[in-house]
Amino acid sequence: MSRQMTGAEMVIAALQDQGVEVLFGYPGGSVLPIYDEIFKQEKIKHVLVRHEQGAVHAAEGYARSTGKVGAVLVTSGPGATNAVTGLTDALLDSIPLVCITGQVPTHLIGNDAFQECDTVGITRPCTKHNWLVKRIEDLPRILHEAFHVAKSGRPGPVVIDIPKDVQFATGTYHGPKNIQHKTYRPKVKGDMDAIRQAVQMLGKAHRPIFYTGGGVINSGPHASQLLRELVRTTGYPITSTLMGLGAYPGNDAQFLGMLGMHGTLEANMAMHESDLIICVGARFDDRITGRLDAFAPHAKKIHIDIDPSSINKIIKVDCPIVGDVGHVLEDMIRVWKSTQPDVDKKAIRKWWEKIDHWRARKCLAYRNSDEIIKPQYALQRLQEAVKGKDVYFTTEVGQHQMWAAQFLTFDEPNRWMTSGGLGTMGYGIPAAVGVQMAHPKSLVIDIAGEASVMMTMQEISTAVQYRLPIKIFILNNHYMGMVRQWQELLHGGRYSESYSHALPDFVKLADAMGGVGIRCEKPSELDAKIAEMIAVDRPVIFDCVVDPAENCFPMIPSGKAHNEMLFGETVEDIGDVIDEKGKMLV
Amino acid sequence: MNTTHYPSAHIFQSPETHTLSVVVDNEPGVLARVVGLFSGRGYNIESLTVSETEHEKHLSRITIVTTGTPMVIEQIKNQLDRLVPVHRVVDLTVSGKVLARELALIKVKGKGEARVEALRLGDAFRARVVDATTESFVFEITGKSDKIDEFVGLMGPLGLVEYSRTGVAAISRGPEAS
Ligand SMILES: Cc1cc2nc3c(=O)[nH]c(=O)nc-3n(C[C@H](O)[C@H](O)[C@H](O)COP(=O)(O)OP(=O)(O)OC[C@H]3O[C@@H](n4cnc5c(N)ncnc54)[C@H](O)[C@@H]3O)c2cc1C
Ligand SMILES: Cc1ncc(C[n+]2csc(CCOP(=O)(O)OP(=O)(O)O)c2C)c(N)n1
Ligand SMILES: [Mg+2]
Repeated sequence: MSRQMTGAEMVIAALQDQGVEVLFGYPGGSVLPIYDEIFKQEKIKHVLVRHEQGAVHAAEGYARSTGKVGAVLVTSGPGATNAVTGLTDALLDSIPLVCITGQVPTHLIGNDAFQECDTVGITRPCTKHNWLVKRIEDLPRILHEAFHVAKSGRPGPVVIDIPKDVQFATGTYHGPKNIQHKTYRPKVKGDMDAIRQAVQMLGKAHRPIFYTGGGVINSGPHASQLLRELVRTTGYPITSTLMGLGAYPGNDAQFLGMLGMHGTLEANMAMHESDLIICVGARFDDRITGRLDAFAPHAKKIHIDIDPSSINKIIKVDCPIVGDVGHVLEDMIRVWKSTQPDVDKKAIRKWWEKIDHWRARKCLAYRNSDEIIKPQYALQRLQEAVKGKDVYFTTEVGQHQMWAAQFLTFDEPNRWMTSGGLGTMGYGIPAAVGVQMAHPKSLVIDIAGEASVMMTMQEISTAVQYRLPIKIFILNNHYMGMVRQWQELLHGGRYSESYSHALPDFVKLADAMGGVGIRCEKPSELDAKIAEMIAVDRPVIFDCVVDPAENCFPMIPSGKAHNEMLFGETVEDIGDVIDEKGKMLV
Repeated sequence: MNTTHYPSAHIFQSPETHTLSVVVDNEPGVLARVVGLFSGRGYNIESLTVSETEHEKHLSRITIVTTGTPMVIEQIKNQLDRLVPVHRVVDLTVSGKVLARELALIKVKGKGEARVEALRLGDAFRARVVDATTESFVFEITGKSDKIDEFVGLMGPLGLVEYSRTGVAAISRGPEAS
């Protein structure tokens, strides 16, 4: 149905037609017409953040925890530039977002007008695509196209930059139907010959391992179900990247834990010694591969990915399958069932024996203490307390993030929101705001570091305003722990600028912002205080004071291979394990 | 490729030069997307030409000559193909039937023996004189890039002032569209 309306009305109409229920934003001169339309309607709930970066992270949390597209509205100039970190974060983690930015009127573009910036120029490299809408006639098409591009294929953030005169102009609106993109048609069905070849390789393998990632989550809950079916049918071991946690149940016997730099010994050794890696929606990131020339030297590789540019980018694979994880796994399962490959059961049993041997090493072990809270212990107690609860986790970036990945258990997809690719400190609080907006009744916990929370803590005020009872669980080690750990490894323990001086009193801070503060300093108090945190129906800052010296293990130091890990209890002096070449790496 | 980083598995591949033909929607910013992709990801551009080719359909053709290892070339093509306004990417080098030409305008200043020699060489290279004064010429020459390189090289000692090249335009041989 087409109707006459203004550009600003079209924005709201299109958001509604695209099923947007929550819009995260911040007003300003060049988006006032759109804010006026927001005022006049009730279908879309607007969440006023405290900083535009927070709006984007909140939309990411919303999107990742629901599978929907996150929506953001910010003003021109500083509004748009503040959104850039969030957009880049969403691009690297493949999160679907539509971000609408206001722009100065078309006749002023290029004149250094007030709050003008080249938004499409600035956001071109940090979006999947972006548009500057110069004519009202193009606006409805672009609005719908934007949602299509954001959510299809490999998802990602898009920006629509709308000059103020276009928001005021009147034109004909049409709905989202029958819009086919001229050029953009991602492939979802995998090539059947490649799928048959992959199943054959699966059947012949003696030391196979599934290496799964964020693409499984992107593909939707159905893909996780299919992954479980295929992994259980084959009986093979499975490991996941940081981004894929939850796609396969964390406490299942076939799951080896996370792999990579801070992954488990069993996952990394199994990758290293395998003869077949089945990569499902993961992208051979450098946190995973370590030294490329020593990466899985004996393995043939199958790679399922919807983005052809992820394939053969870093690691040359033997059987590439371009397609959507859900579609491809469905076909693989069908072919597996119909061909009934003759698996060498003895070889697989021997493979599991080897894996069990690595598992017995208990690589996540740490020395606990009665006096001081170990961060790992705090997370174990938290995990115990939330068992069986409807819980979502977000994180900041640092050691606490890695410990969360190691010590929490994820049984379902879309329950774990973390900044993996960009590693953005400050992601967790606003992301928790977004998650809680989508799941008002659920328990939403941000596993945080005391340095990270200082980056976006103004969003606590957003949580208070919208009565979002998010829990900010700070593992407060008084250091930028991850930085300190690298300084120990690489820079002779010279802790240059990595100590958190002048921290606020987090209990008072919570109080001042309208939340609840809880401090915990002794291991013996943990259970009671965690229970108190969960019981409170308001935003909580939980200041968990932990061992300032603890390091995160296992660790594959940069420039090393999977079989050259460092462990917690054995490392006395971690000062000289990295060579000159390794020191160059990040 | 930065060799101080994780040693690369494909470092032993030797670089190749490929001519890519990229058909794009002729919309604002499309060239910036393509060029930004090359600079942002550290790929080489040896030559780049752009022009609208089908006005009614708003299509442009970007011809890019680039070098890289086979894995990098594959990556460049996939990255280009991923850009939303890109219709298709054709690697003319792989098809083995590439027809590539360039045009150059070359200004040479000189008198006496040098001037005569320049004119003689211009003739041999089928360069046309498109501007002349008593002490200078402008040659127009088309051909493969290496022919133009050679001609420019010869003009060097004969009074070369400056020259301007279009970059490569390329298409496949035979009846089919690429
Ligand atoms: C401090 C720190 C330490 C880290 N340490 C580790 C570590 O030890 N281990 C670890 O694993 N990570 C670690 N990371 C995260 C790491 O940087 C990467 O973000 C992560 O490994 C990438 O995960 P992924 O390969 O699953 O890819 P993602 O970034 O999730 O990419 C998904 C892939 O799937 C594809 N895809 C998307 N949708 C679909 C679909 N529908 N069908 C098919 N394919 C699809 C995409 O094209 C892409 O190739 C760390 C991050 C930080 C900040
Ligand atoms: C925005 C941003 N700036 C800098 C960094 C580099 N960085 C990575 S981890 C880290 C320290 C994090 O400290 P904290 O939040 O206290 O977590 P901890 O490691 O102590 O658990 C820093 C500075 C980053 N990831 N993001
Ligand atoms: Mg810290």
